[in-house]
Amino acid sequence: MKPYMGVKIAGLDLRNPVMTASGTFGYGAEFAEYVNLETIGAFVTKGLSLKPRAGNPTPRIVETPGGMLNAIGLQNVGIDAFIEKKTPFLRSIDTPVFANFFGNTIDEYAELARRLDHVPEVAGLEVNISCPNVKQGGIVFGTDPACARDVVSACRAATRKPLIVKLSPNVTDIVAMARACEDAGADALSVINTLTGMAIDLKSRRPVLANVTGGLSGPAIKPVALRMVWQVARSVRIPVIGIGGIMTATDALEFILAGATAVQVGTASFINPGAAGDIAAGIEEWLAAHGVSDVNSLIGALEA
Amino acid sequence: MQFTSMILSNVEVSPGYWRMRMTAPQEFTEARPGQFVMVRVSGAIDPLLRRPFGVFDVGIHIPSHSGAAPQPYFEMLYRVVGKGTAMLSALHETDLLDVLGPLGKGFDLGEPGEEKLIVGGGVGLAPLYLLAKELVKNSPVRLFAGGRTRDDVLCITEFERLGVECYSATEDGSLGERGFVTKVLEQRLDQTANRGAMFACGPHGMLEAVAAIAAARGISCQVSLEGYMACGVGACLGCVAPGRNHSPETPDFRCVCAEGPVFEAGELKWGGAA
Ligand SMILES: Cc1cc2nc3c(=O)[nH]c(=O)nc-3n(C[C@H](O)[C@H](O)[C@H](O)COP(=O)(O)OP(=O)(O)OC[C@H]3O[C@@H](n4cnc5c(N)ncnc54)[C@H](O)[C@@H]3O)c2cc1C
Ligand SMILES: Cc1cc2nc3c(=O)[nH]c(=O)nc-3n(C[C@H](O)[C@H](O)[C@H](O)COP(=O)(O)O)c2cc1C
Ligand code: FES
Repeated sequence: MKPYMGVKIAGLDLRNPVMTASGTFGYGAEFAEYVNLETIGAFVTKGLSLKPRAGNPTPRIVETPGGMLNAIGLQNVGIDAFIEKKTPFLRSIDTPVFANFFGNTIDEYAELARRLDHVPEVAGLEVNISCPNVKQGGIVFGTDPACARDVVSACRAATRKPLIVKLSPNVTDIVAMARACEDAGADALSVINTLTGMAIDLKSRRPVLANVTGGLSGPAIKPVALRMVWQVARSVRIPVIGIGGIMTATDALEFILAGATAVQVGTASFINPGAAGDIAAGIEEWLAAHGVSDVNSLIGALEA
Repeated sequence: MQFTSMILSNVEVSPGYWRMRMTAPQEFTEARPGQFVMVRVSGAIDPLLRRPFGVFDVGIHIPSHSGAAPQPYFEMLYRVVGKGTAMLSALHETDLLDVLGPLGKGFDLGEPGEEKLIVGGGVGLAPLYLLAKELVKNSPVRLFAGGRTRDDVLCITEFERLGVECYSATEDGSLGERGFVTKVLEQRLDQTANRGAMFACGPHGMLEAVAAIAAARGISCQVSLEGYMACGVGACLGCVAPGRNHSPETPDFRCVCAEGPVFEAGELKWGGAA
């Protein structure tokens, strides 16, 4: 018998638990030639802001052992161009779309949530709180529980669509952050965003990235991500979406055992555009081979 | 398209420079000059990312023994600079590689008949061979090839065989003029009233000099850029280059993999970093 692959995230039914991660799949159309978007559970857009953002100078990316650092600087077309130019493509695919977004102030976050609430092609929202609060000395929203609570509350009040909050791993206590976001009305949590890192070129004695620091992603961060997903999943009641270095169905299943209801695939799509779909197919195969009839029965089923 | 390619040959053509011929699907032979591929050099997670390489040549191999089907192929010309290219150079005939491509926008071939000047520095010659092959069909073509030493000036005989008139320059004078290839280019331009079109690929400094020469003389010039790439399809925004009007206040970044790698020199911002 075919195993049941459907999961529910924030009230939305996904055909399978594998999504693509923000910033690694553009606005959907970029990979369309290489991937059948209907093989994935959901797709998350590049992070959107109120105004278009230019991003950082180059070099913006560098490979590191088993991973990569990026300092794209959240370059994006802005919400107006997104609605005007990117949604027609999204209308053509039968896969739920989450719009990822970020702001510099709480008001900007709320304004974006309000605007995205009216976009019919957007099934749900994923709020990236790994951004500095310009009104409070640049403290990153997602590193202070009170700050995170305020942002999430403001977004919650501005939208009735499913609201996922994407946590930053660059914190001492991920559980405190997760609880703050749950209390503020998040429907689900994405865990994790990139880990801040750095690469140095010995020959020139300079940082490799023009921005000096960047976000580490890829297989190198998987153990950290797994640990955080496990910690968060056992501390909140809302679903957790596991992210970080997932390259294979085995990786994804480990996250599900740790407590993730769904997973997101990021860097792996660069190496294999069809990675997310392949991982979904691999999970299904594994379930069938191991006599598991429903993927949901594995969520958090880690033996203690 | 994404395909598994089998290596047909992998030969060191000059110290540190390799030429690899690999199988391709039939449609791949329609690759435009200037397009590139993203190659996964290993199935492991280190090196993690694909590596970008220009398409040096495409063709169809007709096997000598009867019965075997004609085999479409493409070639890359690459320089060993780090981990990924070192691994590539260690591969052999019949080894398999995962290839994404052809990617990006190639060169615009310009008007038939007008003189075409191609400028290449070092391994920058890689995408220019297929270009020359197309251009010689309709136009006289001259190649200006530069490198540090004679070992860095590649595949000149192949260009000559196409009927391209070749000029070379090396920094140490071991082949052709001593100095930068742009000097030879300027000498040639001074001798002729011809206003053809220019095409260049090579180190950024060389491209900048070529772009300045073209601009000063009002000649159209296309350059092929490099950039650190993760996806190769416009999704990660890692590979951008500043466009003509770029400034911190008026950001204008162009995506090298999807909008390029070939750009009109005048569309870009030159002079210093982004
Ligand atoms: C569109 C395009 C076409 C190219 N065509 C050719 C070609 O035909 N022949 C050729 O020899 N080289 C070409 N290059 C450069 C080639 O991609 C790099 O030399 C190669 O990626 C180095 O890999 P490595 O693992 O050996 O080096 P490492 O230094 O170990 O690589 C580390 C990382 O840096 C990246 N990187 C290093 N150097 C470059 C570079 N110059 N440009 C872009 N990324 C770099 C690598 O891709 C990798 O992600 C091209 C680059 C681009 C962007
Ligand atoms: C190039 C790049 C751009 C990214 N852009 C965003 C973004 O705009 N918003 C966001 O929330 N996360 C962004 N991320 C983080 C990813 O969505 C994901 O959380 C992270 O890469 C870890 O997953 P991975 O190891 O599977 O890549 C980006 C990651 C990469 C590599
Ligand atoms: S390499 Fe990803 S956008 Fe160009």
